[in-house]
Amino acid sequence: MNRSRSRYYWLYIPLSLMALFYLVPLYVMLVTGFKGFEEVSLQTMWSLPKTGIHFDNFTEAGTKLAPYFWNSLKMVIPAAIISSIVGSLNGYVLSKWKFKGADIIFPLILFGMFIPYQSILIPLVEFMRRINLYGTIPGLVLTHVIYGIPITTLTFRNYYATVPTELVEAARIDGAGLMGIYRYVLLPISIPSFVVVIIWQFTSAWNDYLFAVALTDPQHWPITVGLNNMAGSQIIAWNVQMAGSFLAALPTLLVYLFLGRYFLRGLMAGALKG
Amino acid sequence: MRLDKDKILSILLVMPSILAVMIFVYGFILWSGRVSLSQWKGLLPNYEWAGLQNYINLFNDPRFHIDVRNTFIFTVLFVFGSLILGLMLAVMLDQGLRGESFFRTVFLFPMAISYIVTGVVWRWLMNPAQGERMSGFNILFERLGLDFLINQWHTTPGWGIAFIAVPAIWQMSGYVMALYLGGLRSIPEPLREAARVDGATELKIYFHVILPLLRPITLSAMIILGHISLKVFDLIVAIAGKQVALDVPAVYMWQTTFDGYFFNRGASIGILLLLSVAVLVIPYLRYSLRSEAEL
Repeated sequence: MNRSRSRYYWLYIPLSLMALFYLVPLYVMLVTGFKGFEEVSLQTMWSLPKTGIHFDNFTEAGTKLAPYFWNSLKMVIPAAIISSIVGSLNGYVLSKWKFKGADIIFPLILFGMFIPYQSILIPLVEFMRRINLYGTIPGLVLTHVIYGIPITTLTFRNYYATVPTELVEAARIDGAGLMGIYRYVLLPISIPSFVVVIIWQFTSAWNDYLFAVALTDPQHWPITVGLNNMAGSQIIAWNVQMAGSFLAALPTLLVYLFLGRYFLRGLMAGALKG
Repeated sequence: MRLDKDKILSILLVMPSILAVMIFVYGFILWSGRVSLSQWKGLLPNYEWAGLQNYINLFNDPRFHIDVRNTFIFTVLFVFGSLILGLMLAVMLDQGLRGESFFRTVFLFPMAISYIVTGVVWRWLMNPAQGERMSGFNILFERLGLDFLINQWHTTPGWGIAFIAVPAIWQMSGYVMALYLGGLRSIPEPLREAARVDGATELKIYFHVILPLLRPITLSAMIILGHISLKVFDLIVAIAGKQVALDVPAVYMWQTTFDGYFFNRGASIGILLLLSVAVLVIPYLRYSLRSEAEL
Protein backbone atom coordinates (compact mmCIF):
# COMPACT_ATOMS: atom_id res chain seq x y z
CA MET A 1 0.00 0.00 0.00
CA ASN A 2 1.25 3.45 -0.81
CA ARG A 3 0.78 5.45 2.36
CA SER A 4 3.65 7.87 2.30
CA ARG A 5 1.63 10.82 3.55
CA SER A 6 3.79 11.23 6.61
CA ARG A 7 3.64 15.00 6.64
CA TYR A 8 1.31 15.04 9.61
CA TYR A 9 4.12 14.87 12.16
CA TRP A 10 2.17 17.08 14.54
CA LEU A 11 -0.18 14.14 15.10
CA TYR A 12 2.49 12.66 17.34
CA ILE A 13 1.52 15.24 19.96
CA PRO A 14 -2.13 14.16 20.42
CA LEU A 15 -1.18 10.52 19.91
CA SER A 16 1.44 10.68 22.65
CA LEU A 17 -0.91 12.50 25.01
CA MET A 18 -3.51 9.82 24.45
CA ALA A 19 -0.91 7.09 24.96
CA LEU A 20 -0.09 8.70 28.31
CA PHE A 21 -3.77 8.61 29.27
CA TYR A 22 -3.99 4.90 28.47
CA LEU A 23 -0.77 4.09 30.28
CA VAL A 24 -1.50 6.04 33.47
CA PRO A 25 -3.15 3.15 35.36
CA LEU A 26 -0.34 0.81 34.33
CA TYR A 27 2.23 3.37 35.45
CA VAL A 28 0.62 3.80 38.86
CA MET A 29 0.33 0.05 39.35
CA LEU A 30 3.99 -0.46 38.54
CA VAL A 31 5.62 2.46 40.37
CA THR A 32 3.57 1.68 43.46
CA GLY A 33 4.29 -2.01 43.21
CA PHE A 34 8.04 -1.54 43.02
CA LYS A 35 8.31 0.86 45.99
CA GLY A 36 9.44 -0.37 49.38
CA PHE A 37 6.85 -0.33 52.17
CA GLU A 38 8.56 2.56 53.98
CA GLU A 39 8.51 4.63 50.82
CA VAL A 40 4.84 4.22 49.99
CA SER A 41 2.60 7.18 50.65
CA LEU A 42 -0.38 8.74 48.95
CA GLN A 43 1.57 11.99 48.70
CA THR A 44 4.20 10.42 46.46
CA MET A 45 1.83 8.22 44.50
CA TRP A 46 3.09 9.56 41.17
CA SER A 47 6.84 9.52 41.77
CA LEU A 48 9.21 6.78 40.76
CA PRO A 49 10.75 4.54 43.44
CA LYS A 50 13.69 6.44 44.95
CA THR A 51 15.43 3.77 46.97
CA GLY A 52 15.70 1.18 44.23
CA ILE A 53 13.36 -1.55 43.16
CA HIS A 54 11.57 -3.47 45.91
CA PHE A 55 9.22 -6.40 45.72
CA ASP A 56 7.50 -6.00 49.10
CA ASN A 57 4.14 -5.13 47.58
CA PHE A 58 4.21 -7.88 45.01
CA THR A 59 5.25 -10.46 47.57
CA GLU A 60 2.52 -9.42 49.97
CA ALA A 61 -0.16 -9.28 47.25
CA GLY A 62 1.14 -12.53 45.80
CA THR A 63 0.82 -14.42 49.07
CA LYS A 64 -2.70 -13.09 49.58
CA LEU A 65 -3.87 -13.76 46.03
CA ALA A 66 -2.02 -16.98 45.24
CA PRO A 67 -4.91 -19.35 46.07
CA TYR A 68 -7.31 -17.31 43.90
CA PHE A 69 -4.76 -17.15 41.11
CA TRP A 70 -4.52 -20.94 41.06
CA ASN A 71 -8.28 -21.28 41.19
CA SER A 72 -8.47 -19.07 38.11
CA LEU A 73 -5.90 -21.14 36.26
CA LYS A 74 -7.66 -24.38 37.18
CA MET A 75 -10.90 -22.94 35.87
CA VAL A 76 -9.72 -21.06 32.80
CA ILE A 77 -7.57 -23.71 31.14
CA PRO A 78 -10.18 -26.47 30.91
CA ALA A 79 -12.87 -23.90 30.04
CA ALA A 80 -10.82 -22.55 27.13
CA ILE A 81 -9.85 -25.97 25.78
CA ILE A 82 -13.30 -27.55 26.02
CA SER A 83 -14.87 -24.42 24.52
CA SER A 84 -12.60 -24.54 21.51
CA ILE A 85 -13.36 -28.19 20.80
CA VAL A 86 -17.11 -27.66 21.14
CA GLY A 87 -16.96 -24.52 18.99
CA SER A 88 -14.94 -26.24 16.31
CA LEU A 89 -17.33 -29.18 15.96
CA ASN A 90 -20.37 -26.87 15.96
CA GLY A 91 -18.79 -24.57 13.41
CA TYR A 92 -17.93 -27.52 11.19
CA VAL A 93 -21.45 -28.90 11.15
CA LEU A 94 -23.12 -25.51 10.81
CA SER A 95 -20.96 -24.52 7.85
CA LYS A 96 -20.46 -27.80 5.97
CA TRP A 97 -23.35 -30.05 7.04
CA LYS A 98 -26.18 -27.58 7.17
CA PHE A 99 -29.28 -29.47 8.25
CA LYS A 100 -32.85 -28.33 7.90
CA GLY A 101 -33.51 -25.54 10.33
CA ALA A 102 -29.84 -24.68 10.78
CA ASP A 103 -30.57 -21.16 9.59
CA ILE A 104 -33.11 -20.75 12.35
CA ILE A 105 -30.97 -22.38 15.02
CA PHE A 106 -27.87 -20.30 14.35
CA PRO A 107 -29.34 -16.86 15.14
CA LEU A 108 -30.98 -18.35 18.22
CA ILE A 109 -27.57 -19.53 19.39
CA LEU A 110 -26.00 -16.18 18.57
CA PHE A 111 -28.50 -14.25 20.63
CA GLY A 112 -27.12 -16.08 23.67
CA MET A 113 -23.96 -14.05 23.30
CA PHE A 114 -25.70 -10.78 24.01
CA ILE A 115 -28.10 -11.58 26.83
CA PRO A 116 -27.47 -9.84 30.13
CA TYR A 117 -26.60 -12.70 32.43
CA GLN A 118 -28.72 -11.13 35.15
CA SER A 119 -31.69 -12.58 33.26
CA ILE A 120 -30.52 -16.17 33.78
CA LEU A 121 -28.59 -15.85 37.01
CA ILE A 122 -31.24 -17.03 39.46
CA PRO A 123 -32.07 -20.22 37.51
CA LEU A 124 -28.36 -20.83 36.94
CA VAL A 125 -27.59 -20.71 40.66
CA GLU A 126 -30.61 -22.92 41.43
CA PHE A 127 -29.60 -25.37 38.72
CA MET A 128 -26.01 -25.60 39.96
CA ARG A 129 -27.29 -26.24 43.48
CA ARG A 130 -29.51 -29.03 42.26
CA ILE A 131 -26.76 -30.80 40.34
CA ASN A 132 -24.36 -30.25 43.26
CA LEU A 133 -21.91 -28.13 41.32
CA TYR A 134 -22.69 -24.92 43.20
CA GLY A 135 -19.62 -23.39 44.78
CA THR A 136 -17.19 -25.48 42.76
CA ILE A 137 -14.73 -24.87 39.97
CA PRO A 138 -16.26 -27.49 37.61
CA GLY A 139 -19.57 -25.62 37.89
CA LEU A 140 -17.88 -22.43 36.75
CA VAL A 141 -16.09 -24.25 33.93
CA LEU A 142 -19.39 -25.67 32.71
CA THR A 143 -20.94 -22.20 32.83
CA HIS A 144 -18.17 -20.63 30.77
CA VAL A 145 -18.27 -23.45 28.22
CA ILE A 146 -22.04 -23.19 27.77
CA TYR A 147 -22.30 -19.42 27.59
CA GLY A 148 -19.24 -19.46 25.34
CA ILE A 149 -20.98 -21.65 22.74
CA PRO A 150 -22.31 -18.68 20.70
CA ILE A 151 -18.99 -16.90 20.23
CA THR A 152 -16.91 -20.05 19.73
CA THR A 153 -19.39 -21.49 17.24
CA LEU A 154 -19.54 -18.20 15.36
CA THR A 155 -15.77 -17.89 15.11
CA PHE A 156 -15.30 -21.41 13.77
CA ARG A 157 -18.32 -21.28 11.49
CA ASN A 158 -17.07 -18.09 9.85
CA TYR A 159 -13.64 -19.59 9.44
CA TYR A 160 -14.83 -22.91 7.98
CA ALA A 161 -17.15 -21.04 5.65
CA THR A 162 -14.05 -19.76 3.86
CA VAL A 163 -12.88 -23.32 3.17
CA PRO A 164 -13.98 -24.20 -0.39
CA THR A 165 -16.84 -26.72 -0.44
CA GLU A 166 -15.06 -28.43 -3.38
CA LEU A 167 -12.38 -29.53 -0.95
CA VAL A 168 -14.97 -31.16 1.28
CA GLU A 169 -16.71 -32.73 -1.74
CA ALA A 170 -13.42 -34.12 -3.04
CA ALA A 171 -12.67 -35.72 0.30
CA ARG A 172 -16.15 -37.19 0.36
CA ILE A 173 -15.70 -38.72 -3.09
CA ASP A 174 -12.43 -40.21 -1.86
CA GLY A 175 -14.48 -42.00 0.75
CA ALA A 176 -14.02 -39.79 3.79
CA GLY A 177 -16.99 -39.55 6.14
CA LEU A 178 -18.10 -36.85 8.53
CA MET A 179 -15.29 -37.34 11.01
CA GLY A 180 -12.72 -38.17 8.33
CA ILE A 181 -13.30 -34.87 6.56
CA TYR A 182 -13.05 -33.03 9.85
CA ARG A 183 -9.91 -34.86 10.88
CA TYR A 184 -8.00 -34.69 7.58
CA VAL A 185 -9.35 -31.62 5.78
CA LEU A 186 -10.46 -29.06 8.36
CA LEU A 187 -8.59 -29.79 11.56
CA PRO A 188 -5.10 -29.36 10.06
CA ILE A 189 -5.94 -25.84 8.90
CA SER A 190 -7.83 -24.90 12.07
CA ILE A 191 -4.87 -24.00 14.28
CA PRO A 192 -5.28 -20.20 13.90
CA SER A 193 -8.96 -20.40 14.81
CA PHE A 194 -8.17 -22.59 17.79
CA VAL A 195 -5.68 -19.99 18.96
CA VAL A 196 -8.24 -17.21 18.52
CA VAL A 197 -10.95 -19.06 20.42
CA ILE A 198 -8.71 -20.34 23.19
CA ILE A 199 -7.35 -16.85 23.77
CA TRP A 200 -10.81 -15.37 23.70
CA GLN A 201 -12.25 -17.84 26.18
CA PHE A 202 -9.15 -17.67 28.35
CA THR A 203 -9.44 -13.89 28.56
CA SER A 204 -13.16 -13.71 29.14
CA ALA A 205 -13.19 -16.45 31.76
CA TRP A 206 -10.15 -14.96 33.51
CA ASN A 207 -11.77 -11.53 33.56
CA ASP A 208 -15.28 -12.65 34.46
CA TYR A 209 -16.64 -11.51 37.78
CA LEU A 210 -20.41 -11.98 37.71
CA PHE A 211 -20.52 -15.76 37.20
CA ALA A 212 -17.59 -16.22 39.55
CA VAL A 213 -19.10 -14.29 42.43
CA ALA A 214 -22.50 -15.91 41.92
CA LEU A 215 -21.34 -19.50 41.60
CA THR A 216 -18.23 -20.10 43.71
CA ASP A 217 -17.66 -20.31 47.45
CA PRO A 218 -14.74 -18.41 49.03
CA GLN A 219 -12.53 -21.46 48.85
CA HIS A 220 -12.89 -21.59 45.06
CA TRP A 221 -12.97 -17.87 44.28
CA PRO A 222 -11.09 -16.96 41.13
CA ILE A 223 -8.77 -13.97 41.01
CA THR A 224 -11.35 -11.31 40.13
CA VAL A 225 -13.42 -12.09 43.20
CA GLY A 226 -10.34 -12.42 45.40
CA LEU A 227 -8.98 -9.09 44.19
CA ASN A 228 -12.24 -7.24 44.56
CA ASN A 229 -12.62 -8.60 48.04
CA MET A 230 -9.11 -7.53 48.92
CA ALA A 231 -9.74 -4.06 47.52
CA GLY A 232 -12.90 -3.71 49.57
CA SER A 233 -11.12 -4.54 52.79
CA GLN A 234 -9.96 -1.71 55.03
CA ILE A 235 -7.00 -3.69 56.34
CA ILE A 236 -5.10 -4.12 53.09
CA ALA A 237 -3.12 -1.07 52.04
CA TRP A 238 -3.74 0.57 48.68
CA ASN A 239 -0.20 -0.14 47.53
CA VAL A 240 -0.73 -3.87 47.99
CA GLN A 241 -4.01 -3.53 46.07
CA MET A 242 -2.13 -1.92 43.19
CA ALA A 243 0.43 -4.71 43.12
CA GLY A 244 -2.38 -7.27 43.34
CA SER A 245 -4.20 -5.64 40.42
CA PHE A 246 -1.09 -5.95 38.34
CA LEU A 247 -0.68 -9.62 39.21
CA ALA A 248 -4.34 -10.24 38.38
CA ALA A 249 -3.94 -8.53 35.02
CA LEU A 250 -0.62 -10.14 34.14
CA PRO A 251 -1.70 -13.40 32.44
CA THR A 252 -4.16 -11.78 30.04
CA LEU A 253 -1.77 -8.89 29.49
CA LEU A 254 0.99 -11.30 28.47
CA VAL A 255 -1.36 -13.13 26.15
CA TYR A 256 -2.30 -9.80 24.60
CA LEU A 257 1.30 -8.69 24.16
CA PHE A 258 2.49 -11.92 22.60
CA LEU A 259 -0.60 -13.03 20.69
CA GLY A 260 -2.23 -9.66 20.06
CA ARG A 261 -3.07 -10.48 16.46
CA TYR A 262 -5.22 -13.42 17.49
CA PHE A 263 -6.74 -11.48 20.34
CA LEU A 264 -7.83 -8.82 17.88
CA ARG A 265 -9.43 -11.38 15.61
CA GLY A 266 -11.45 -12.69 18.51
CA LEU A 267 -12.61 -9.18 19.30
CA MET A 268 -13.66 -8.62 15.71
CA ALA A 269 -15.59 -11.89 15.60
CA GLY A 270 -17.63 -10.61 18.53
CA ALA A 271 -18.68 -7.61 16.50
CA LEU A 272 -20.12 -9.96 13.83
CA LYS A 273 -19.19 -7.64 11.01
CA GLY A 274 -16.36 -5.27 10.33
CA MET B 1 -26.55 -44.92 2.75
CA ARG B 2 -23.36 -43.73 4.45
CA LEU B 3 -24.23 -40.15 3.59
CA ASP B 4 -27.43 -40.48 5.56
CA LYS B 5 -25.55 -41.98 8.46
CA ASP B 6 -23.17 -39.02 8.42
CA LYS B 7 -26.10 -36.61 8.24
CA ILE B 8 -27.56 -38.09 11.40
CA LEU B 9 -24.17 -38.16 13.07
CA SER B 10 -23.63 -34.49 12.22
CA ILE B 11 -26.88 -33.56 13.90
CA LEU B 12 -25.95 -35.63 16.92
CA LEU B 13 -22.67 -33.77 17.07
CA VAL B 14 -24.28 -30.34 17.48
CA MET B 15 -27.28 -31.52 19.47
CA PRO B 16 -25.63 -31.22 22.90
CA SER B 17 -24.72 -27.59 22.20
CA ILE B 18 -28.13 -26.76 20.82
CA LEU B 19 -29.81 -28.36 23.80
CA ALA B 20 -27.45 -26.57 26.19
CA VAL B 21 -28.27 -23.20 24.65
CA MET B 22 -31.98 -23.98 24.59
CA ILE B 23 -31.89 -24.87 28.28
CA PHE B 24 -29.33 -22.44 29.68
CA VAL B 25 -30.41 -19.45 27.61
CA TYR B 26 -34.05 -19.81 26.64
CA GLY B 27 -35.18 -22.22 29.35
CA PHE B 28 -33.54 -20.12 32.03
CA ILE B 29 -35.04 -16.92 30.63
CA LEU B 30 -38.49 -18.50 30.90
CA TRP B 31 -37.66 -19.70 34.39
CA SER B 32 -36.55 -16.18 35.37
CA GLY B 33 -39.71 -14.86 33.81
CA ARG B 34 -41.73 -17.22 35.97
CA VAL B 35 -39.82 -16.14 39.11
CA SER B 36 -40.52 -12.53 38.19
CA LEU B 37 -44.25 -13.31 38.31
CA SER B 38 -44.00 -15.07 41.67
CA GLN B 39 -43.96 -14.15 45.33
CA TRP B 40 -40.55 -15.68 45.99
CA LYS B 41 -38.98 -13.77 48.88
CA GLY B 42 -36.59 -15.54 51.19
CA LEU B 43 -34.35 -18.52 50.81
CA LEU B 44 -36.95 -21.10 49.83
CA PRO B 45 -38.48 -21.00 46.35
CA ASN B 46 -42.08 -19.85 46.32
CA TYR B 47 -43.83 -19.84 42.97
CA GLU B 48 -47.17 -18.47 44.16
CA TRP B 49 -48.58 -16.24 41.43
CA ALA B 50 -48.05 -12.51 41.80
CA GLY B 51 -48.99 -11.36 38.32
CA LEU B 52 -47.21 -8.22 37.26
CA GLN B 53 -47.01 -6.93 40.82
CA ASN B 54 -43.20 -7.11 40.95
CA TYR B 55 -42.91 -5.02 37.80
CA ILE B 56 -45.44 -2.51 39.07
CA ASN B 57 -43.49 -2.24 42.31
CA LEU B 58 -40.31 -1.58 40.40
CA PHE B 59 -41.87 1.17 38.33
CA ASN B 60 -42.90 2.83 41.59
CA ASP B 61 -39.60 2.19 43.31
CA PRO B 62 -37.48 5.35 43.84
CA ARG B 63 -34.30 3.26 43.78
CA PHE B 64 -35.23 1.89 40.37
CA HIS B 65 -35.83 5.43 39.15
CA ILE B 66 -32.28 6.29 40.20
CA ASP B 67 -31.08 3.21 38.31
CA VAL B 68 -32.82 4.24 35.11
CA ARG B 69 -31.47 7.77 35.35
CA ASN B 70 -27.94 6.55 36.13
CA THR B 71 -28.01 4.04 33.29
CA PHE B 72 -29.17 6.73 30.91
CA ILE B 73 -26.42 9.19 31.89
CA PHE B 74 -23.79 6.48 31.87
CA THR B 75 -24.88 5.07 28.51
CA VAL B 76 -24.93 8.42 26.74
CA LEU B 77 -21.49 9.45 28.02
CA PHE B 78 -19.90 6.05 27.63
CA VAL B 79 -21.24 5.29 24.15
CA PHE B 80 -20.60 8.70 22.63
CA GLY B 81 -17.33 9.19 24.48
CA SER B 82 -15.97 5.88 23.25
CA LEU B 83 -17.24 6.45 19.71
CA ILE B 84 -15.72 9.91 19.37
CA LEU B 85 -12.43 8.98 21.00
CA GLY B 86 -12.20 5.71 19.09
CA LEU B 87 -12.88 7.43 15.77
CA MET B 88 -10.33 10.16 16.47
CA LEU B 89 -7.67 7.62 17.35
CA ALA B 90 -8.45 5.54 14.27
CA VAL B 91 -8.27 8.53 11.93
CA MET B 92 -4.96 9.62 13.45
CA LEU B 93 -3.53 6.14 13.13
CA ASP B 94 -4.74 5.91 9.55
CA GLN B 95 -2.29 8.57 8.40
CA GLY B 96 0.54 6.12 7.88
CA LEU B 97 2.79 7.47 10.62
CA ARG B 98 5.68 5.47 11.95
CA GLY B 99 5.08 3.73 15.26
CA GLU B 100 1.45 3.03 14.41
CA SER B 101 1.53 -0.48 15.81
CA PHE B 102 3.00 0.77 19.09
CA PHE B 103 0.16 3.23 19.55
CA ARG B 104 -2.41 0.65 18.52
CA THR B 105 -1.07 -1.78 21.11
CA VAL B 106 -1.23 0.89 23.82
CA PHE B 107 -4.76 2.03 22.97
CA LEU B 108 -6.13 -1.48 22.89
CA PHE B 109 -4.47 -3.08 25.90
CA PRO B 110 -7.21 -2.16 28.42
CA MET B 111 -9.47 -4.58 26.54
CA ALA B 112 -7.31 -7.42 27.81
CA ILE B 113 -7.81 -6.70 31.50
CA SER B 114 -10.84 -7.13 33.70
CA TYR B 115 -13.25 -4.45 34.83
CA ILE B 116 -12.29 -5.44 38.35
CA VAL B 117 -8.63 -4.56 37.84
CA THR B 118 -9.63 -1.36 36.05
CA GLY B 119 -12.00 -0.52 38.88
CA VAL B 120 -9.51 -1.18 41.67
CA VAL B 121 -6.88 1.04 40.06
CA TRP B 122 -9.28 3.80 39.09
CA ARG B 123 -10.83 3.96 42.53
CA TRP B 124 -7.42 5.19 43.70
CA LEU B 125 -6.91 7.45 40.70
CA MET B 126 -10.34 9.00 41.22
CA ASN B 127 -10.00 9.15 44.97
CA PRO B 128 -12.19 12.00 46.25
CA ALA B 129 -10.37 12.47 49.58
CA GLN B 130 -9.19 16.02 50.32
CA GLY B 131 -6.34 17.45 52.41
CA GLU B 132 -3.94 14.99 53.98
CA ARG B 133 -5.47 11.94 52.32
CA MET B 134 -5.59 13.50 48.87
CA SER B 135 -4.31 11.15 46.16
CA GLY B 136 -4.70 10.04 42.60
CA PHE B 137 -5.55 12.60 39.95
CA ASN B 138 -6.47 15.21 42.52
CA ILE B 139 -2.97 15.33 43.96
CA LEU B 140 -1.52 15.31 40.44
CA PHE B 141 -3.69 18.28 39.52
CA GLU B 142 -2.56 20.06 42.68
CA ARG B 143 1.11 19.46 41.89
CA LEU B 144 0.62 20.71 38.33
CA GLY B 145 -1.16 23.82 39.57
CA LEU B 146 -4.41 22.75 37.97
CA ASP B 147 -6.39 23.12 41.20
CA PHE B 148 -9.59 23.94 39.35
CA LEU B 149 -9.65 20.36 38.07
CA ILE B 150 -9.68 18.89 41.58
CA ASN B 151 -13.09 17.37 42.13
CA GLN B 152 -15.09 14.75 43.94
CA TRP B 153 -15.21 12.30 41.04
CA HIS B 154 -17.77 9.55 41.52
CA THR B 155 -18.85 11.02 44.85
CA THR B 156 -20.08 14.22 43.17
CA PRO B 157 -23.67 14.59 44.40
CA GLY B 158 -26.15 13.61 41.71
CA TRP B 159 -23.59 13.22 38.93
CA GLY B 160 -21.20 10.63 40.32
CA ILE B 161 -22.24 8.12 37.70
CA ALA B 162 -20.91 10.41 34.97
CA PHE B 163 -17.38 9.87 36.28
CA ILE B 164 -17.74 6.09 36.10
CA ALA B 165 -17.91 6.62 32.34
CA VAL B 166 -14.27 7.79 32.36
CA PRO B 167 -12.68 4.42 33.18
CA ALA B 168 -15.30 2.71 31.04
CA ILE B 169 -14.26 4.85 28.06
CA TRP B 170 -10.64 4.20 28.94
CA GLN B 171 -11.34 0.50 28.73
CA MET B 172 -13.48 0.32 25.58
CA SER B 173 -12.41 3.16 23.27
CA GLY B 174 -9.48 1.14 21.94
CA TYR B 175 -11.93 -1.47 20.78
CA VAL B 176 -13.91 1.15 18.88
CA MET B 177 -10.64 2.38 17.41
CA ALA B 178 -9.85 -1.12 16.18
CA LEU B 179 -13.30 -1.44 14.58
CA TYR B 180 -12.94 1.91 12.80
CA LEU B 181 -9.37 1.24 11.76
CA GLY B 182 -10.50 -2.00 10.14
CA GLY B 183 -13.18 -0.02 8.30
CA LEU B 184 -10.80 2.72 7.21
CA ARG B 185 -8.36 0.15 5.85
CA SER B 186 -11.07 -1.44 3.74
CA ILE B 187 -11.87 1.83 1.96
CA PRO B 188 -10.11 1.61 -1.39
CA GLU B 189 -7.40 4.21 -1.92
CA PRO B 190 -8.64 5.16 -5.44
CA LEU B 191 -11.80 6.52 -3.82
CA ARG B 192 -9.74 9.02 -1.80
CA GLU B 193 -7.59 9.76 -4.83
CA ALA B 194 -10.65 10.58 -6.88
CA ALA B 195 -11.91 13.00 -4.25
CA ARG B 196 -8.47 14.57 -4.05
CA VAL B 197 -8.36 15.03 -7.81
CA ASP B 198 -11.73 16.74 -7.57
CA GLY B 199 -10.03 19.24 -5.27
CA ALA B 200 -11.47 18.12 -1.94
CA THR B 201 -9.35 18.85 1.14
CA GLU B 202 -8.37 15.97 3.43
CA LEU B 203 -10.89 17.18 6.00
CA LYS B 204 -13.67 17.27 3.42
CA ILE B 205 -12.75 13.81 2.24
CA TYR B 206 -13.21 12.54 5.77
CA PHE B 207 -16.53 14.23 6.31
CA HIS B 208 -18.11 13.61 2.92
CA VAL B 209 -16.54 10.41 1.66
CA ILE B 210 -15.14 8.35 4.49
CA LEU B 211 -17.45 8.92 7.44
CA PRO B 212 -20.60 8.00 5.48
CA LEU B 213 -18.90 4.75 4.46
CA LEU B 214 -18.17 3.97 8.10
CA ARG B 215 -21.82 4.16 9.12
CA PRO B 216 -22.32 0.39 9.46
CA ILE B 217 -19.35 0.26 11.84
CA THR B 218 -20.75 3.09 13.89
CA LEU B 219 -23.99 1.15 14.16
CA SER B 220 -22.22 -2.05 15.26
CA ALA B 221 -20.12 -0.16 17.78
CA MET B 222 -23.15 1.66 19.20
CA ILE B 223 -25.04 -1.56 19.70
CA ILE B 224 -22.14 -3.40 21.26
CA LEU B 225 -21.28 -0.52 23.59
CA GLY B 226 -24.95 0.11 24.33
CA HIS B 227 -25.62 -3.43 25.44
CA ILE B 228 -22.45 -3.44 27.54
CA SER B 229 -23.47 -0.26 29.28
CA LEU B 230 -26.97 -1.54 30.09
CA LYS B 231 -25.50 -4.43 32.04
CA VAL B 232 -22.54 -2.62 33.63
CA PHE B 233 -21.81 -4.22 36.97
CA ASP B 234 -18.20 -5.21 37.78
CA LEU B 235 -16.75 -1.78 37.13
CA ILE B 236 -19.13 -0.02 39.49
CA VAL B 237 -18.75 -2.65 42.19
CA ALA B 238 -14.97 -2.43 42.01
CA ILE B 239 -14.84 1.37 42.07
CA ALA B 240 -17.48 2.18 44.60
CA GLY B 241 -18.93 -0.96 46.12
CA LYS B 242 -22.70 -1.07 46.13
CA GLN B 243 -23.94 2.36 47.04
CA VAL B 244 -27.30 3.72 46.08
CA ALA B 245 -25.95 6.94 44.55
CA LEU B 246 -24.17 4.92 41.85
CA ASP B 247 -26.83 2.26 41.60
CA VAL B 248 -27.62 0.65 38.24
CA PRO B 249 -30.07 -2.17 37.47
CA ALA B 250 -27.40 -4.88 37.51
CA VAL B 251 -26.20 -3.83 40.98
CA TYR B 252 -29.76 -3.56 42.29
CA MET B 253 -30.52 -6.99 40.85
CA TRP B 254 -27.51 -8.45 42.64
CA GLN B 255 -28.23 -6.87 45.97
CA THR B 256 -31.93 -7.51 46.11
CA THR B 257 -31.49 -11.14 45.03
CA PHE B 258 -28.38 -12.41 46.69
CA ASP B 259 -28.08 -10.05 49.67
CA GLY B 260 -31.78 -9.43 50.30
CA TYR B 261 -33.38 -12.66 48.99
CA PHE B 262 -36.05 -10.82 46.99
CA PHE B 263 -35.78 -13.33 44.16
CA ASN B 264 -39.02 -12.09 42.61
CA ARG B 265 -37.75 -8.53 42.34
CA GLY B 266 -34.30 -9.62 41.17
CA ALA B 267 -35.81 -11.71 38.41
CA SER B 268 -37.98 -8.80 37.30
CA ILE B 269 -34.94 -6.55 36.98
CA GLY B 270 -33.15 -9.30 35.03
CA ILE B 271 -36.05 -9.61 32.62
CA LEU B 272 -36.30 -5.85 32.14
CA LEU B 273 -32.58 -5.75 31.37
CA LEU B 274 -33.03 -8.56 28.87
CA LEU B 275 -35.89 -6.73 27.15
CA SER B 276 -33.90 -3.52 26.84
CA VAL B 277 -30.93 -5.40 25.39
CA ALA B 278 -33.18 -7.39 23.04
CA VAL B 279 -34.65 -4.21 21.57
CA LEU B 280 -31.12 -3.24 20.53
CA VAL B 281 -29.69 -6.59 19.59
CA ILE B 282 -32.44 -8.45 17.73
CA PRO B 283 -32.74 -5.95 14.84
CA TYR B 284 -28.95 -5.84 14.73
CA LEU B 285 -28.65 -9.62 14.51
CA ARG B 286 -31.25 -9.75 11.74
CA TYR B 287 -29.47 -7.03 9.84
CA SER B 288 -26.04 -8.65 10.24
CA LEU B 289 -27.16 -12.10 9.24
CA ARG B 290 -29.15 -10.82 6.30
CA SER B 291 -26.24 -8.85 4.88
CA GLU B 292 -24.07 -11.90 5.48
CA ALA B 293 -26.46 -14.01 3.42
CA GLU B 294 -26.31 -11.50 0.59
CA LEU B 295 -22.56 -11.88 0.27
